[in-house]
Formats: sequence, C-alpha cells, structure tokens
Amino acid sequence: MSQINELYQRNYELHPPVLVPEYKTSVLRSPKNALISLQNSLSEITGPVFGQHELGRLDNDLILNYAKQGLPIGERIIVHGYVRDENGLPMRNALVEVWQANAGGRYRHKKDQYLAPIDPNFGGCGRVLTDDNGYYFFRTIKPGPYPWRNRVNDWRPAHIHFSLSGDAFAQRLITQMYFEGDPLIASCPIVRAIKNDDAVRTLIAGLDKTASVQLDSLAYRFDLVLRGYRATLFENRLQGKA
Amino acid sequence: MMPLSYLPETPSQTAGPYVHIGLAPLAAGFEIFENNFGHVLTQPETQGQRITLEGRVFDGSGTPIRDVLLEIWQANAHGRYNHPSDLQQHKPLDAAFRGWGRSCSDFDTGLYRFETVKPGAVCGRDGRMMAPHINLWIVARGINLGLHTRLYFADEAAANQQDPVLNLIELEVRRKTLIAQPERRGEEWVYRFDIVIQGEGETVFFDL
Repeated sequence: MSQINELYQRNYELHPPVLVPEYKTSVLRSPKNALISLQNSLSEITGPVFGQHELGRLDNDLILNYAKQGLPIGERIIVHGYVRDENGLPMRNALVEVWQANAGGRYRHKKDQYLAPIDPNFGGCGRVLTDDNGYYFFRTIKPGPYPWRNRVNDWRPAHIHFSLSGDAFAQRLITQMYFEGDPLIASCPIVRAIKNDDAVRTLIAGLDKTASVQLDSLAYRFDLVLRGYRATLFENRLQGKA
Repeated sequence: MMPLSYLPETPSQTAGPYVHIGLAPLAAGFEIFENNFGHVLTQPETQGQRITLEGRVFDGSGTPIRDVLLEIWQANAHGRYNHPSDLQQHKPLDAAFRGWGRSCSDFDTGLYRFETVKPGAVCGRDGRMMAPHINLWIVARGINLGLHTRLYFADEAAANQQDPVLNLIELEVRRKTLIAQPERRGEEWVYRFDIVIQGEGETVFFDL
C-alpha cells in the first residue's frame, strides 16, 4: 500500500463547542478532556458505501411517503441543493437523511408530548443519495416552530435535520437547516451555539423562487459542504513505505 | 492578494432528541421505510467470528444516556475495509459484510447493541499495523458535534501494546477507556464497551 488521501484538518471554529451553557443539555454531555488529534489512517478515510437499491421509490417524498388517507397539511415545499467538499468538488453518492416536525411543530416520536397534533398523513423523514453532480432534492411540508424545555420560553425556529454520510467516516455530519426570514433563528440557543456568524448563515436556506413548481410548491435551496481531501503533493511518510 | 477559494465545512448542529425519526424510525415508533439500517452487520454468509458489542453511554452525572445514537464502521475479518480507498489488495473483501451499522440506546435501560464480526488488523500509517478495532461515532441531544472514538479488544493485548493510536494517548490511564472486555454468554461472545461522555473515566474522543 502506498498512500492515502488525507482529509484537511477540521476547522473547529465553524462548529459549536462541546459546552454551551445556554443549551442546557450540553452541560452534562460535553467531554472535559481535549480531543486527541489523529493523522488519518484507513479507518478515518473510508466509510460505508450505500446503493440506490437500498432506498424506496418514495423515500425522498415526505408528502407521499406516509400519506394514508390523504395528503399532509401544510405548505408544500421542495428542498434541493448540492453536497460538495471543501475543494468544491461534488460529493457523489452521499447519503442524505432528513427528519422534521410537521406543519404544527409536532414530531412523530413516542417521546414528543407537545400539544400540537400528529398529522396522520405525515411521517417526517426521508432520504436520498446525491447524483453524480452531488445534487439532491426532496419534497416535504414546511415544518412549524415549537417550544422546548430549555428555558421556559425557548422556541426552536422551523428547521429540518440533515444527516450526511460521504466517502469517509471522518466526514460524517449532522446539522440542521433553517428557513430564510425566520425571526426565531436569532434567539435560538442551539443556533447561537455556533459562534461564527458567517457559519450560521450557511445553515439558512434561501427561498429559491426560480426552482418552485408552478401552482404547486415553493422551493428552498440548501447546499452543504463536507470535509475535503488534501491534494497529494510531496509525500512525506504517509501510509507506509512498505 | 488572490483569495483562497476553499468552501467552509457546513457547521454541525445537535442531532436532538428525535434523531430516531430520521435515522431509526422503528425506534421512534413507526414504520415508514421498506429497508431499515440497523445494528446487525452480519449475514449468514459473512466470514469471521461472531461477536456482540454491548454497553451504555454515561453523562457527567453517571446517568446512562437513553437517547443516544451510535454508528460503527469496521474492517472485515481479514482486516480490510469494504471501500475503494482500501488498497490492501492482499486481503480479501467479503461481499456479505459492509462493515457499518447503527444502533440506538434503549429508552429504558440505555443499552446499545451491535451484532458483528471481530475485525482483522488493518495497516496504519507508515506501514505500522493497527490492532483490531472498531470506529464509533456518537450523537445525541446535547452533543453539538458527533464524537468519534475507537473500540479495541482486551484479548488482543499484544497488538494493543503496539497500536500507534493507543500509544498516541499520552496518559496511559486513559487508554483503557477504549478497551472492550469480553464476556461469554452461552454461545455468544459479548464485548462490553461503556462510554463515558464526561467526568471520571471519561472516554478518549478523537479529532480525526
């Protein structure tokens, strides 16, 4: 074996720190020790490969994938965009998994007790693989904001959770997408856990009227970036001279 | 000066309390997908010694976290990853083993569980062999950026002694937080691996 493609060192300034006292649950769930930094080996730069055959035909259609007796209630939207790496290269065949509350801000989850009703026709999850250009899209209902137990008047802005699995296990990422113009973004302790304002902006999807489906659905554009690979320049002692 | 044109990585946000809806809907309490990703990595044809991984994840008060989601990624029994970047061509691939699984801690007991095979040793940097290990990634409400760690096997003491990653952990006392202990239960080999997110016996987490 000659060499491996190493990832760039992660820029932690873009991410929330482990401990954010205003987000109370993080207080007991934040390691106190520093992370141990590893140079990449095969264990970090490889990761699971997923195939289209593993997904169902409606997996990226949250409007239809749990519709029982009718359509779910709420604003119909398309969410679409590109997954790239830090070099701007398309991430092909990345697994994008999404989940969200319904239009009233209620999750279909046995632990969610919020008084807004479950929508019998809305499951709230979907998944899609990016194509050769790194492009993905799914269709859903715009989620509602909801209150949560942090301080007694904390509200989550409307959001969609994203999970991304790229080429490498070290690229694994979970994040949340917010909606342009939502006044709750500015006061959310989870959003504010990210100290870098430019980084926060990259989580806010813009209304993309160009891509809307006429007389049917508005569209939001959300591009994502996973860690990129260092170019193989001059090799000094990489994956073994053997 | 010409600007550098790298794109910034998308910032992480917590997986939240309802991570199961998206990543393990059966655990959230409903059926939606035909094919669900789960905690069993083996098929009948998979090569290698069957093992079970089991453990709990503790917070800073010593309480098991019961809404955590874990993923593992590992080499096959021969020590090769099922991925195009693994160029250890002298080792066979196993078509019946992807090497990836996903598990949720139980809402009552906090126990997570994986059924897999014991991985072989993988070649590390500079041609140094790494001891058999499994890569773990942990997300939950209150965790702002997924935590990466590794599980090593107590019955591989000689290989562990030489492992370049374990040896990078300066405080020897912390290395043992990455060692899973075997336990025979009838026909089953269970490796017990508890993870401590914060406090005494805090597990070593990695910046990869």
